[in-house]
Amino acid sequence: MNTERSGADILVESLVRQGVEFVFGYPGGAVLPIYDALFGDARIRHILVRHEAGAAHAAEGYARSTGKPGVVLVTSGPGATNAVTGIADAFMDSIPLVIITGQVATGLIGSDAFQEADTIGITRHCTKHNYLVRDPGELAATIDEAFQIATQGRPGPVLIDIPKDVQVATAMLSDAAPQRRLRYQPQIEAGADEIARAVALIAKAKAPVLYTGGGVINSGPGASSLLRRLQALIGAPVTSTLMGLGAFPADHPEWLGMLGMHGTFEANMAMNRADLIVCIGARFDDRVTGRLDAFAPHSTKIHIDIDRASINKTVPVDLPIVGDCARVLGQLIDAWGERPAPDLTEWKARIQGWRARDSLAYPKTGAEIMPQLAIERLFALTRDRDPIISTEVGQHQMWAAQHFQFFAPNKWLTSGGLGTMGYGLPAAIGAQLGNPESLVIDIAGEASIQMNIQELGTASQYRLPVKVFIVNNEYMGMVRQWQELTYESRYSNSYSDSLPDFVKLAEAYGWKGIRIEREDQLDAAIEAMIAHDGPVIVDCLVAKQANCYPMIPSGAAHTEMILYGDAVAGTMDDEAKALV
Amino acid sequence: MKIQQQEGERHVLTITVDNEAGILAKIAGLFTARGYNIDSLTVADITENHQVSRITIVTHGPPAVIDQIRAQLDRLVPVHKVIDLTELGPHVERELALVKVSGKGEHRVEALRLADVFRARPVDTTTESFIFELTGAPDKIDSFIALMRELGLVEVGRTGIVGMTRGASGA
Repeated sequence: MNTERSGADILVESLVRQGVEFVFGYPGGAVLPIYDALFGDARIRHILVRHEAGAAHAAEGYARSTGKPGVVLVTSGPGATNAVTGIADAFMDSIPLVIITGQVATGLIGSDAFQEADTIGITRHCTKHNYLVRDPGELAATIDEAFQIATQGRPGPVLIDIPKDVQVATAMLSDAAPQRRLRYQPQIEAGADEIARAVALIAKAKAPVLYTGGGVINSGPGASSLLRRLQALIGAPVTSTLMGLGAFPADHPEWLGMLGMHGTFEANMAMNRADLIVCIGARFDDRVTGRLDAFAPHSTKIHIDIDRASINKTVPVDLPIVGDCARVLGQLIDAWGERPAPDLTEWKARIQGWRARDSLAYPKTGAEIMPQLAIERLFALTRDRDPIISTEVGQHQMWAAQHFQFFAPNKWLTSGGLGTMGYGLPAAIGAQLGNPESLVIDIAGEASIQMNIQELGTASQYRLPVKVFIVNNEYMGMVRQWQELTYESRYSNSYSDSLPDFVKLAEAYGWKGIRIEREDQLDAAIEAMIAHDGPVIVDCLVAKQANCYPMIPSGAAHTEMILYGDAVAGTMDDEAKALV
Repeated sequence: MKIQQQEGERHVLTITVDNEAGILAKIAGLFTARGYNIDSLTVADITENHQVSRITIVTHGPPAVIDQIRAQLDRLVPVHKVIDLTELGPHVERELALVKVSGKGEHRVEALRLADVFRARPVDTTTESFIFELTGAPDKIDSFIALMRELGLVEVGRTGIVGMTRGASGA
C-alpha cells in the first residue's frame, strides 16, 4: 500500500525498516520536522548527547561494539560541523555510520542562510559517500542505499543532508522495500588462483607471521574464529594492529602482542625477520611500519583486504587478495585441507628469544603508582566480567593496548587512524547502550577526558553505568614523552594545568567519584568502581613522567625500538622531526 | 631539510560516473586531498538519458601513484569504471582549441597559411582578426599556438583532451 507521507516521516519509517534501535543526536532548527516525527515514536530511541561530536563518537562506540551501523542525527551548520571529527574518525577506522544532517531549505542553499554550511562539501572527503536529497520521493531509496554502502565492503560513514523543506514536503511511501540500487557491489571473494598461491607460500614459509587488523573485526565475529582456525592449521604466530586487538586471544601461546610504534619487541622483531607476512585486514599504517625502506625487508607479503585502494598504498606486496576477511580466511582454510602444519620449530625458538626481553616490563619507582600497573590491575580485576574497553588517545591508550588483554572481537574501542582525543567517553556511552549488560570502561587520560567531558550528562540522563578510569599524570603524556625524547625535555604547553577535581565533577553530574593516590588503594578502588551500580569516575594519580615503551621513534626501523633502560639522546634530526 | 617532489610519467584516465551533483567536485577534490596531479580534465554526459558522464583526466606520477589513483577513484560509489588509456596501449587523444589572432598585412596572410597547414578552421573573422578552431593531439595544438605567438596571438581556449582506445571494442 502507498501512503502520502512527509519527508521526516519517510526518514523515520526508513530507519525503522533498517532495524535502527538508537539515534544519537541533538536537535536544532533545520531538523525540527524530523524531531517532531520522532516525538512519541517508541520504535526508535533517541539519545540526546551534549555536543554533536559526542553523537558521532557514541554512534561509533555502538557500531564497533555491536557490529551494527550507528545512526547520528544533527542539525545544519554547527550541528554538522561539530560532528565532522567523529565522521572523519569513522572514515579512518572503517566504522559503519549513517549521519543525517538537517540543511536549510533548498531555496536558501547558497545564500549564507542562518546555520547554513556546505555540509556535503565539508564531508566529501571524510565520508564513504554523501547525499544531498532534494526530493522526498528519493528519501526511501537513498536511505536504503546509504545503509548498504555504510555496512558493505569496507565499512564507513555515509552522510545524508536533508533540507528542511524536503523534510516537510510529502511523497508516496510504499510498504514494500524500495527498489534496491545495485551500483555498489564490493568484491567479497578471492579467486581460486590467488588462494592456491597463498596456500603454497604459507606451506613453504620457514618464518611466517600473521599480521591482522581492524578488517578482521569489521568482518564479523566469524572472521575471528576463522583466524584462530587458520592459525591452528598453519602454526604461524599472530600479531595485530591497534584496531585488530581481540581478534586473536591474548593468552594464546602464539600471540606476539601488538606490533608497531608501541608494539612488543617480539612482534616487531618477528615482522622484521619474517620470510612471509600474511596481512589480514590491516593497511600498513605508518604507526605499524616505521621507516618504510626498513619494514619487513626479508619477507614475501600477502595482503588480504576488501579495499583495493589499501593494497600497495605504502608497502608493495607480492600477492594482493581483494576480498572480505572472513570469506578469504574460509577459502584459505578449505584450500589448506589436510596438509600438516609446517615445521616452525626454529622460528619459534627465535621468537622465544625475543619474548625473553620482556619488553613490556617497567621499573617500579618509589611511591608513585606506575600507570602500567594501574592498567594491569584494572585488567586483572575486571577480566572475569568480559568488559568492553574504550580509550581516549595518548599514553594511556597505548598502555591499555599493551597491558589490557583482549580475547574476543568488539571489546576494544579506540580511535586508531585519526587519533581523536575525546573519543572514549561518548564511545563508552554508545557501547553501553548497545550492550546494556556489559561492564563498559573508558580508560582515559586527564587531558583527553576533558575534550568531551560534557557527555557525563548523557550517561546520567540515560542511567548508563559506564566507568571512566582516568590515568592521571597531569600531562598530555604522549606529547610530553615526545618532547622529552626529541626536544630535550622542553615541555611546551603539555602540562595539564588547572585540572578540575574529577571526584567533585563526577558528583556534580550525579556520578560516583573515587580517587586513587597510593598503590595500596588501587585494588579496593577498582572493586568499588565495579560494584557501584551506576556511572563512576576513578581519578587514578600515577607517576607523572613515566614513558610508554617499547617505542619505535619516528623515522626508525622495527629493530631500533627503545625499551625501558635504554639511553635516549633527547634530540632528533629534522627529517625525523618532520614525521608525525 | 628539503621538501621532496616526485616526478613521473603521464597517464590518460577515462572515468565513467553517475551524472550526479557533486561528482566532479568529488573527483577533483580526491586529487587535491591525496596530492595527485591534474594536468587536464574534461567532463560531459555521454548517454541519451543524461545519467552517465565520462571524465577524462590527464595526470602524471610514478607507477605506484598512478595505481593508487585508479584504486582510489574506483572505490568512489558513483564511479562505474576507471580506464588507464596509457596502460592499455594504442589510443587516440584529441583536444580542441580556439585560438584568437589579430594582425594586418603579411602577418594575417601567414596566419591563414599556417592555419591551412594545421587544418585549423577560421570560425570568426574580422578585418583584423581570426578565431581558429583546431583539433588534434595536444602537441600539435602546442605547436600551432607557438607559431601564432609570433603572428599576434590574443587568446587561447583549450578543452583538455578526450581519449579512446583504438580498435573495434570499447575499453
